[in-house]
Amino acid sequence: MMRLRESLVAALVFAAATAVSAQAVDAKTFRYATTGDILGLDPHANNEGPTNAMKSNIYGRLVHRKPDLSLEPDLAVSWEKVDDTTWRFKLREGVTFHNGNPFNADDVLFSHKRQTQETADMSFALNTVKEIKKVDDFTIEIITNGPDPILLLNMPNFYIMDKEWVEANNAFEVVRAHGSTNFANVNANGTGPFKLVEWVQDTRIVLEPFDKHWNQGKMESNVSKAVFTPIANDATRVAALLSGEIDLMYPVPLQDIKRLEQDPNTEAMEGPELRTIFLGFDQWRDDSLDNKGEKNPFLDVRVRKAFYQAIDIESIKRVVMRGAATPTGLMIAPGINGFQEDMNERFPYDPDAAKALLAEAGYGEGFKVTFDCPNDRYVNDEEICTAIIPMLERIGIKVTPNFQTKSLHFNKIGLAEGNDTSFYMLGWTPGSYDALNPLMQLMSTGEAGHGDWNSGRYANPKVMELTQKIKTEMDEEKRNGLIREAFQIHKDEVGHIPLHQQALAWGVRGDTVKSVWQRPFNDVDLRYVVMK
Amino acid sequence: MAQNIDTAEIVPSFGARIVDSLRRFFDGDVFYSFKRSPVTIVAFVITMVLFLAALLAPWLAPYDTLDVKTLNLMDAYRPPVWEAGGDPRFLLGTDDQGRDLLSAIMFGLQISLGVGFASIILAAFVGTFLGLLSGYVGGRLESVIMRVADIQLTFPAILIALLIDGIVGSVLPRGAAEELKLYVLVLAIALSQWVNFARTVRGSTLVEKNKEYVQAARVIGIHPALIMLRHVLPNVMGPVLVIATLSLAIAIITEATLSFLGVGVPITRPSLGTLIRIGQQYLFSGEWWMTIFPSLALVVLVLAVNLLGDWLRDALNPKLR
Amino acid sequence: MFAFIVQRLFQAIIVMLVVGFVSFSLFQFVGDPINNMVGQDATEEQRQLLRERLGVDKPFPIQFANWVGNILQGEFGLSYRMGVPVDDVIADRLPATLELVFISAILALVVGVPMGVYTGLNRNAWLSRVFLTVSLVGISLPTFVIGILLILIFGVWLGWLPTFGRGGAEAIVDLGWWTTGFLTLDGWRSIIMPATTLALFQLTLIMRLVRAEMLEVMRTDYIKFARARGLSNRAVNFGHALKNTLVPVITIMGLQIGSLLAFSIITETVFQWPGMGLLILQAIQFVDIPVMSSYLVLIALFFVLINLIVDLLYFAVDPRLRAEHVGGAAH
Repeated sequence: MMRLRESLVAALVFAAATAVSAQAVDAKTFRYATTGDILGLDPHANNEGPTNAMKSNIYGRLVHRKPDLSLEPDLAVSWEKVDDTTWRFKLREGVTFHNGNPFNADDVLFSHKRQTQETADMSFALNTVKEIKKVDDFTIEIITNGPDPILLLNMPNFYIMDKEWVEANNAFEVVRAHGSTNFANVNANGTGPFKLVEWVQDTRIVLEPFDKHWNQGKMESNVSKAVFTPIANDATRVAALLSGEIDLMYPVPLQDIKRLEQDPNTEAMEGPELRTIFLGFDQWRDDSLDNKGEKNPFLDVRVRKAFYQAIDIESIKRVVMRGAATPTGLMIAPGINGFQEDMNERFPYDPDAAKALLAEAGYGEGFKVTFDCPNDRYVNDEEICTAIIPMLERIGIKVTPNFQTKSLHFNKIGLAEGNDTSFYMLGWTPGSYDALNPLMQLMSTGEAGHGDWNSGRYANPKVMELTQKIKTEMDEEKRNGLIREAFQIHKDEVGHIPLHQQALAWGVRGDTVKSVWQRPFNDVDLRYVVMK
Repeated sequence: MAQNIDTAEIVPSFGARIVDSLRRFFDGDVFYSFKRSPVTIVAFVITMVLFLAALLAPWLAPYDTLDVKTLNLMDAYRPPVWEAGGDPRFLLGTDDQGRDLLSAIMFGLQISLGVGFASIILAAFVGTFLGLLSGYVGGRLESVIMRVADIQLTFPAILIALLIDGIVGSVLPRGAAEELKLYVLVLAIALSQWVNFARTVRGSTLVEKNKEYVQAARVIGIHPALIMLRHVLPNVMGPVLVIATLSLAIAIITEATLSFLGVGVPITRPSLGTLIRIGQQYLFSGEWWMTIFPSLALVVLVLAVNLLGDWLRDALNPKLR
Repeated sequence: MFAFIVQRLFQAIIVMLVVGFVSFSLFQFVGDPINNMVGQDATEEQRQLLRERLGVDKPFPIQFANWVGNILQGEFGLSYRMGVPVDDVIADRLPATLELVFISAILALVVGVPMGVYTGLNRNAWLSRVFLTVSLVGISLPTFVIGILLILIFGVWLGWLPTFGRGGAEAIVDLGWWTTGFLTLDGWRSIIMPATTLALFQLTLIMRLVRAEMLEVMRTDYIKFARARGLSNRAVNFGHALKNTLVPVITIMGLQIGSLLAFSIITETVFQWPGMGLLILQAIQFVDIPVMSSYLVLIALFFVLINLIVDLLYFAVDPRLRAEHVGGAAH
């Protein structure tokens, strides 16, 4: 935990004294860029990093997650647990939406209905909620289906919309991709600290501070205008920062971190991200996909472990990631609820032991395998996979890489094409910041809501059973014990090969930006941007 | 040059013409013009050196960069020998995976030239044939061919490659698709290039076929195929050569561009274009050798081939002699 | 003449249909759009529901028939990614790309033709060699490298030109049906690098072509007679010789406008130019089938129109073609 805090503190950038920017722009205009545009403004429709970050600037939630991952009041001023399945929230009074409408309990109830529609991608955050009851205009009760120990952790993903506004614009139905254009997807009206000025798709989003925000005057940010620009090409994004056309951009290509640090006007901010990058194996087919008529070698734990020990993660960290990665032995990152510091150790890198394991398993001569890898999803994903190939070749495995863009890759390894993979790379951030999510999605199968991205269909009845218990266990210590047990089994069996948590790398102009908080979910929360 | 030889095998009369030109070439004017043009001699020598480097890469290259087992991450990002931190084992430095750049460039040349030549020969052959046919025969055939060309042009090489790549990937068994990537590339690039040949040849044919000598040939009853090959084709070869030389460059660059989009050659067998694509990510960070050396190889290659093409074009053109 | 145009238009419709079909089938291979639209936490049921809504679970012929039917009613469908009508998306992007292509084409012609004439007339001048060689170096590098080099030099080192986009909100003037960067200094500054990058290849091609044609034409009797008649060099070179080189130049330029559109995919990506090229690349990444198909149909339309114009220009420029072709179209 210490490590995380340190890097958070380090992430606070105090810029060096530098020359005055030549450009005659309003000093309080904050211009920032990332790789792609948001998917849409409808807060309930999409669940995607940059999109969620933008929604959080505009829309209020009951509870807000601070840069250090702790929770603070937003639209709820306080909350208490009434019983195992009931939480009571006291709502903030005197809050208005950007259009001037007042906020009250009806908006919360309405937003719950809207966010839990089947088409809403954000519905995952509320899937344990049975109903929300209005006690009075500023008190509500959330009733869960069963005991839900992590309800609060999901609350920052519950976006509150204005009932009147949505109804007046006939935008109740969350529309993704089909039907008529949804008003709420191209317009916005929240209670957040920033309001939308304009959105020119793929070109810019302009935001201005909301002068009637409930926390007006106490916010860290002094930004008078924020302009978000998608810049897809890495080199162009770096150039735009170096030339001073933007004040902040992310991600910085790892090789350019040094360049930004050398430039007197720019800084590189680094910190760990919550996403864990890992490799997975086909563990459910009897026959090998790549070797016709032969047994699936990955059914043997020794083969899986041999792959694990053949990978020189430190070299990958040092060379491919240029130090900007934290090798991991677990499927979740530090900072995720349920992380076990003492279990984070990896099996040692040992190609000889790997060879011996292969020989023991009867694969002394090696075998052929196709390695499915995305090339535009994670930091240096293609480079990591390329670096792993020689490591596996050296223990006798004949690797055919299959690099594809993310949509093809996810399709191939996902359920859509029946998990058509025998060895693949994937990355995962638990949306709830809790260990339960990867246990359900990555480490169990067979039940609705389980194993959607368990592409190798790793299955262990004991892990499944533990997962069910973790879902409803309210006692934190006991719950933690269950998580430990499940993780230990998964690790002993080499269910996956966790590789590392990639680092966040942001580039910041030191001459215009005074400070900004870098949160481990790789988004820019405008609440914390302070300009010079 | 290569497509001439191909045609020669099929059409003796045209072959004879080429043999004739070659004889003239060594006897007189043309070879004289070659000797007289130092630029051309230099271009010729450079082209030959690069061709040989590519062909003999398995024997000449210091390392076999195609054998991934030998790659060591710890060797990555080494600058060239003469720079601080250079390693005497790697003359031109190494790339992000620890490949020796000199060896990688030699093997990369091999792949780039292979893809380039194969696709341009295919494109020139198909394009010239269809262009002649449509220009000379005209009528419905012309409409059909030219409309097909229109459709073809609509699809940039990038999209064609995605299409073919997708089909190959979904139709063929696992693993096989990866092996076929090179052929997919050749086909995709050829498909995107033949139209240039066809359109230009047709344009010239339309003009040529109204000239008196063609009319005369027609009047004395020479077979249309013979007229096309013997009289029209040689007169449209000039533009074809210009296009072919430029197309070779385009083909190599298209291959690089496609690798930019993830459809190119497999990354374990990098072409010149792939090396540049990888290297350009390091332009800002000071690891300049990863872009500069492969780019230099590409520029020199394209330049030399083009200069040779220019000269060849002038030399083979009877009107300019 | 009229019959010829009608015939061509009819052909154009067939071309468009075929392109529509091919492009639509093309995208069956690009991937499943669902993965780009839902987050990692979406359940398989949510995914299936979305598939049904999009109609991508239906058999291919039905999907295609729906699509053509809608297009005939002027409905290009809704972008999967955005949920807004595709025609709106494209209308938003078209001006940026067309302005870029327009400036590039002008640049290529205005610089390429005189350079071609010069190198053609002064075959052995050292300046000719410089032109030829330098222009070749320029096209020997992939577009993306040239773009990045330009950005590095003029954007970062010298700081003269903007590194990305069409300029800020103020640079682009919205005329209602068209957005233009031509009315502001910022807009012009922004277009210089992308247009140069895009034009470089065409410029070289045109220069070489004009040079080649000039070399040939200058040897013809026609020019010799013109000279013998005592016409000035200027009149001979430009009035007679250059005019004769125009047929291939028109053909190539016609072809190249299409290729400019295609290559703008890379240029626009490098410079974050908010045009159709950027749109199509993002659409491919998102497997936004309606946008991709409509884009290709639109590009096909451009090509067909350009081809038509090129054919008509042939008649205007080369009278030799006139008699036969009009007659030919009649039967």
